[in-house]
Amino acid sequence: MIGLTQVYILAGITFAAFALLSAQDSANPKRWGNAAFWALLALSMLAGDRLGDFANGVLVLALVGIAGLGGLGRGTDRSEPAQREVEAARHGNRLFLLALVIPLTALAGTLGFKYLPALVDPKNVTLVSLALGVILALSIGMVWLRTGPAEPLHEGRRLMDAVGWAAILPQMLASLGAVFALAGVGAVVGDLMSAVIPDGSRLAAVIAYGLGMALFTMVMGNAFAAFPVMTAAIGLPLLIGQHHGDPAVVAAIGMLAGFCGTLMTPMAANFNVVPAALLELKDRNAVVKAQIPTALPLLAVNIALIWLLAF
Amino acid sequence: MNYWVLSGIVVMIGGFTLRLNALIVVALAALVTGLAAGLDPAAIISAFGKAFNDTRYVSVVWIVLPVIGLMERRGLQERARSLIEGMSGATLPRLLTGYLLLRQLTAALGLTSVAGHAQTVRPLLAPMAVAAAQPQDEDEAERIKAFAAGTDNVGLFFGEDIFIAIGSILLMKGFMEQNGIVLSPFDLSVWAIPTAIAAFAIHGFRIWRMGRASR
Repeated sequence: MIGLTQVYILAGITFAAFALLSAQDSANPKRWGNAAFWALLALSMLAGDRLGDFANGVLVLALVGIAGLGGLGRGTDRSEPAQREVEAARHGNRLFLLALVIPLTALAGTLGFKYLPALVDPKNVTLVSLALGVILALSIGMVWLRTGPAEPLHEGRRLMDAVGWAAILPQMLASLGAVFALAGVGAVVGDLMSAVIPDGSRLAAVIAYGLGMALFTMVMGNAFAAFPVMTAAIGLPLLIGQHHGDPAVVAAIGMLAGFCGTLMTPMAANFNVVPAALLELKDRNAVVKAQIPTALPLLAVNIALIWLLAF
Repeated sequence: MNYWVLSGIVVMIGGFTLRLNALIVVALAALVTGLAAGLDPAAIISAFGKAFNDTRYVSVVWIVLPVIGLMERRGLQERARSLIEGMSGATLPRLLTGYLLLRQLTAALGLTSVAGHAQTVRPLLAPMAVAAAQPQDEDEAERIKAFAAGTDNVGLFFGEDIFIAIGSILLMKGFMEQNGIVLSPFDLSVWAIPTAIAAFAIHGFRIWRMGRASR
């Protein structure tokens, strides 16, 4: 049966290739840091189940250490802008068709593999379909564009360098959820919140959750970081636990309420301050100001959507 | 009630606000929370290691990079640029609405880096918007440029979560699973669609009003 094991092997091979290509990239002054980081992630993907819990924890500490000490750098970009222009003119909009292969395969697989439980693990149809979509898109791309595996892997390494250590932030935040659960954070905050939020008021809980996601995102500059905090605090104990809300709606739209917060804060520098500098605007908060009138009504819509759809 | 277990949340808010390396902040928050709950450091490392291993699928999203890299090497960004250039001569509302739609749709296909502030807003969208609006003074030109950058952010944020293999979707799946709730990425991404439509309607309405004001 095809399941996560096979997906992890594919991911492990990909990260191992990034590690090897980083090690060879002499133009990157920190190439050994990059190589070690992606190699550790490859090890986790390929052998995580055999390492044991403590060794996996040490592996995480090593990843955090490399990233925290500034051990990751940016490698080289080997492609020429002029050459890309020529390629763009030759392939036209068909390039976008190749981009459709991954989501279409993922969608078709998610809907279709449910009927083949003997072939694909029913719990992980989407991730298996995603991996199949990647293999399919890569195969079509290599035949159509007449290239070998070296070019996509080199280009993948270039994009991976651009993402850097932030690549494992979502996985780290998801793992933090386990420690929060173990320590009983949700129960404690739920107890506190029930003192603040009028007894049993579902509407008040929904508003507190949506506003909280946006506010914490504004303070921390990052909706990903606000998500575990607010979900442990209000989403899980109140909306899902006490009021039996649909967890998928609470999580998905809660995150989007956080994104409304991202639009309203200079703390999200990449999105709001860097563009003001790029456009040479006099007011570095001009982009934030331009976004607030969209973000506020959209936040209200998100809160209303949770209230309407989750219960 | 042991209120000390909330200290990890305080560490997160403080660490992210002070812009410390985010991975260090998360690791510290886990350590502080575990210690407050009376766990010894080795047990915390093991618990975090087990959770990290159980949530590896969150980082599986990066297997799409070789495909996206190949498309970029063969001119995907240049193609997106010429699509936007094709809108030159359009009125301000048409230009910005078209861009918003293009950004939302491509982000929903996972192509988050095909456009962006450096790739498309500074070289194309902002100058084209200013040319279309013909502002009276410097301040109005600034406002139009800032609005163009905001349009890019709105399109990206409220398009990308429709794609199943994006960090935020799998972060949600992973976090919920560690708390005993199993969700499929597909269930989560479907619920991004109503907000995507609302974002298009709200921001589109503002673009329309801007077009009327500049006339």
